[in-house]
Amino acid sequence: MNSSDFDFVSGLLKRRAGIQLTTDKTYLLESRLAPLARKEGLASIEDLLQVVRSRRDERLISQIVDVMTTNETFFFRDKTPFELMKEVALPDLSSQRKPRIRIWCAACSTGQEPYSLAMMLEDNPVLTKGAAVEIVATDISPRVLEKAKSGLYSQFEVQRGLPIQMMMKHFKQKDDLWQISDKIRSMVTFREHNLMDQPTMFGKFDVVFIRNVLIYFDQPTKSQVLDRVSSVMNPGGYMLLGAAETVIGISKKFEAVKERRGLYQAVGGANKSGIRAA
Amino acid sequence: MKRCLIVDDSRVVRKVARRILEDLKFDTMEAADGQQALEQCRADMPEAILLDWNMPVMNGIDFLRALRREPGGDRPTVVFCTTENDMSHIAEAIRSGANEYIMKPFDSEIIESKFAEVGLV
Ligand SMILES: C[S@@+](CC[C@H](N)C(=O)[O-])C[C@H]1O[C@@H](n2cnc3c(N)ncnc32)[C@H](O)[C@@H]1O
Repeated sequence: MNSSDFDFVSGLLKRRAGIQLTTDKTYLLESRLAPLARKEGLASIEDLLQVVRSRRDERLISQIVDVMTTNETFFFRDKTPFELMKEVALPDLSSQRKPRIRIWCAACSTGQEPYSLAMMLEDNPVLTKGAAVEIVATDISPRVLEKAKSGLYSQFEVQRGLPIQMMMKHFKQKDDLWQISDKIRSMVTFREHNLMDQPTMFGKFDVVFIRNVLIYFDQPTKSQVLDRVSSVMNPGGYMLLGAAETVIGISKKFEAVKERRGLYQAVGGANKSGIRAA
Repeated sequence: MKRCLIVDDSRVVRKVARRILEDLKFDTMEAADGQQALEQCRADMPEAILLDWNMPVMNGIDFLRALRREPGGDRPTVVFCTTENDMSHIAEAIRSGANEYIMKPFDSEIIESKFAEVGLV
């Protein structure tokens, strides 16, 4: 791929999805665009990009963004975020006697993250002390959302991170695949959302999982995304980042919870002693 | 170092499993059927057992039931690893005292993830 084609696609990805692509990722670009070109009946990546350039074909542009997303995920990924929910966030939120606890999984990929939360909540009703829980899960990619909604996972996927007892309890076998129960599926609402846009349509949240997506953005984009996230959070609400991500030097809208790596609180809520500011 | 007994009638499977488990810092032992495995456990009880289902002489489920009745046989963490991949087999294995269940084909990631699930890594 020549450098002007590379610049064209990487500019497109940056503008559309915030995703930063450095030239050392050229192979990635090629390996993902080649199948798309073929699927579109075009002879080469060059032809594909030519079509996009000359027609500004929105459908094709979305597909390019879609294939360039990295959707790696698995059930109960990294474990700690779920422990932090159990040990810190949910006890605090349920002690506030909220009638509803609202959770947003931004960048949910194929659904393992929101479904892990749903299974955990279903299996531990004491965690929410009778509060209704709403889980909204979003991603930029219609392709992964489709799969997430189906709740269908391969044998390989249900063996990554999912304890066997949970699989037995919450999944049914469907031919070669495993489908999560209707009950768990009904606890999660999936919607398409681009983190470059203001997430106003979903209301305010008490918890936001935004894990393993900031890593694809540059510094200013990370700040903007975290600002947007904080604007839809209730004060004192909790945010969970991926293991390689932080707010330090990126956003002042969140404070790290002491000795709880990966857990942040939206500024303006409870102070360290747990007493709510007026 | 924790010891893991690999029970499978396929030499190839045992070899692949051994490589993965050694990378996870296990001392490994091998048995080709349930009977051999039971004798090895009687002589020297391992901390972990990776267990196939279908084997000649004594199959995995019969081995597991016998093991759990042995003195000290409640201690090893047993992870089934088999091509039996339907819910009724899984349920039977868990009822009979298995701690985790891997559906073949497996790879290092699945073994690591499942062993982590039961606190072995
Ligand atoms: C590596 S996955 C992370 C999935 C899950 N949160 C986890 O930690 O396992 C990253 C996801 O971010 C999504 N993504 C990338 N850019 C995005 C954007 N601008 N808006 C929304 N989602 C985006 C991708 O489609 C992909 O599914």
